[in-house]
Amino acid sequence: MGAPANPSGGGAPVYIAGVGVISSIGDDSAASLDALSNGRAGIGPMRLLRSAHRDELPVAEVPHTNAELASMAGLQATLPRTALLSAIAAREALRGIDTEGLRVGLISANTVGGMDLTEDFYPGFFKGGRYRLRDVVHHECGAVTELVADRLGIHHHVSTISTACSSSANAIFMGARLIRQGHLDVVVAGGADALSRFTLNGFNTLMILDKEPCHPMDENRKGLNLGEGAGYVVLVSERLARPAGSSASGSGPLARLTGWCNANDAYHQTASSPEGTGSYLAMKGALAKAGLSPSDIGYINLHGTGTQNNDIAEGTAVKTLFDPVYPPLSSTKSFTGHTLGGSGGIEAVFSVLSLQGGYIYPNLRWHTPMKGLPFVPAIGFVRGAPVRHVLSNSFGFGGNCTSLIFSHV
Amino acid sequence: MSDRIYILSTGIVSALGAQPGGPDAAAPGDGRGAAAPGGDPAHGNRLRAVEPDYGKVIDPKMIRRMSRIIKMGVAAGMECLAGATPDAIITGTAYGCLEDTTVFLDRMVVNKEEMLTPTAFIQSTHNTVGAQIALMLGCHGYNNTFVHRGFSFEHALLDGMMLIQEGDAGTVLVGGVDEITDGSHAILSRLGLYKHGRINGEGAAFFLLSGEPHPAGDGGTRAGDGGTVCLEGIDTFYKPADAAAHIRAFLEKHPGPIDAVIGDTGEPFRDRCGDYPTASAVGLWLAVEKVRAGAGRVLVYNNYLDIHHSLLLVSAC
Repeated sequence: MGAPANPSGGGAPVYIAGVGVISSIGDDSAASLDALSNGRAGIGPMRLLRSAHRDELPVAEVPHTNAELASMAGLQATLPRTALLSAIAAREALRGIDTEGLRVGLISANTVGGMDLTEDFYPGFFKGGRYRLRDVVHHECGAVTELVADRLGIHHHVSTISTACSSSANAIFMGARLIRQGHLDVVVAGGADALSRFTLNGFNTLMILDKEPCHPMDENRKGLNLGEGAGYVVLVSERLARPAGSSASGSGPLARLTGWCNANDAYHQTASSPEGTGSYLAMKGALAKAGLSPSDIGYINLHGTGTQNNDIAEGTAVKTLFDPVYPPLSSTKSFTGHTLGGSGGIEAVFSVLSLQGGYIYPNLRWHTPMKGLPFVPAIGFVRGAPVRHVLSNSFGFGGNCTSLIFSHV
Repeated sequence: MSDRIYILSTGIVSALGAQPGGPDAAAPGDGRGAAAPGGDPAHGNRLRAVEPDYGKVIDPKMIRRMSRIIKMGVAAGMECLAGATPDAIITGTAYGCLEDTTVFLDRMVVNKEEMLTPTAFIQSTHNTVGAQIALMLGCHGYNNTFVHRGFSFEHALLDGMMLIQEGDAGTVLVGGVDEITDGSHAILSRLGLYKHGRINGEGAAFFLLSGEPHPAGDGGTRAGDGGTVCLEGIDTFYKPADAAAHIRAFLEKHPGPIDAVIGDTGEPFRDRCGDYPTASAVGLWLAVEKVRAGAGRVLVYNNYLDIHHSLLLVSAC
């Protein structure tokens, strides 16, 4: 790769030709949109994850066993659940897209790889019980991506990013940059994470899990609910999105990815700075990259986890950047829970769908404005709103903050 | 947009030894065997990194909370930066923070999901090394972590090159880091990775990339460095049907004489730093040393388990 293959294409548009998603609210983008438009959240009692906290912590599970997911994914049920979820969403995203003869990449994100199986393997191997080696061979984050790449027949560029909860947003714009620089023609980009006892207990030790369905951006929020799922977009160059001689009435690209920025809060390993420095820099940088002003944004899909710390930091950063005029904004984690490495990809899909129908998604279970913030989230589903540009935020441990901007074609 | 990508400085924590001139230095490319001076190679088929005096580069209050991978990564990164703050920080790690992950997992299993504390969990995320460096420097710039097995370091390097080419960063700190734990070594051994003379390894190697030949505000090269070194090209190929064809295509794209090849088909180095997914960062470190010592162009070829192949080309510039 070396010198850019397409040095003149510095600001060339990157299009989104397909989307795919699976989460607790639906197995594909049509089902997800149906749930979003009907206010149907996927958060509830733990049914599939085996945990001591089963009766105490609600989660947003994809309501299918591994065997069912494996059948949908065309993979073996003995593989990590994250790989199964990832393959299902990536396959939906690629549906109807002919990649024959093109340079195709898969850039995927996840936070704990095959941990759902490793945590079954561990006691047997280290504490003198029974174990299956097949439960640990796909432990690495990259191993999960390779299972999906092999399933999809993608080999030109296969990569994995892990920056905690901003992982898949970073994967998406890495894909856009590889296309812009002429290294690849098509990139399937996004991320996935399945629920695991490891992450559930980890977040539980931080005391940021709500024992009821979460209420992000509410003064009385009590924390987040963990969820699982996967979301991918298919990024293509302008040449592929709008081939010469194609008719304008044909099925064209869904959206453009116009803005992105990755910034670091550099404040604390897990907590956000009170003023939301990283969030502010990410949103501001994405606007600059897209050549847009705050007033151009028609909807903000917030990171909005529902924790005390995130929501006030992110809200303060939104206030700093947008005051006094705020676009409609909401956290769809009130539907899907926080899907960690999947969230940036899932919310990218929701953002692209928002552009398609002018959809504003409701921030469920919201009651009380947050002190110090002069705006409130959208609480009803809207269709046909004038949404030309959607800003999507994904922030994570390690101060990693990433914002993406999706624009109307 | 910069035409050239310069490697301004390097930092390393490895079984190879400390930086040249340091007390544990192993002369680069001297073909010395696996036994690391001052190291602990006694574990048979695993080679432990020679760790520096961390107190010289990390606040002692922070050292206590850091697991080995974080200390190795932060120390190599800080040594590379030598006081500079980069515009971006990008790390590559295949296994991530194994020690913290294992500590949390073990307590979770032993305590049956009760009475757990968060420290190990919050340091178990794969981006912890890059995050800690950003935190120590107050660096608000781009910060990314690649976790793709034998491509983790290469993709971090590619990202860094691209950021400079795009004009979004002037200087980028890029590193590859992995650690061995007793648990991971037991599992990987059980999976058969260390047969036929292969030895497990660990360490960290960092590089400061720049679009300019000298650090900002610095009139000349850093003391002790030789000539200027450029990163000319990178390529990775996944499970290639014909690796030789990929290599030929890479050499056609980057024509000119190659003075030395480090890694598979050339001078081996994995016997000196151990064989691990981000050992290619050590390969690049050796290549930079060779150019500083007078070589014109040095190619690093990695073939990790015949799944991940990569080419890194550095040259005097």
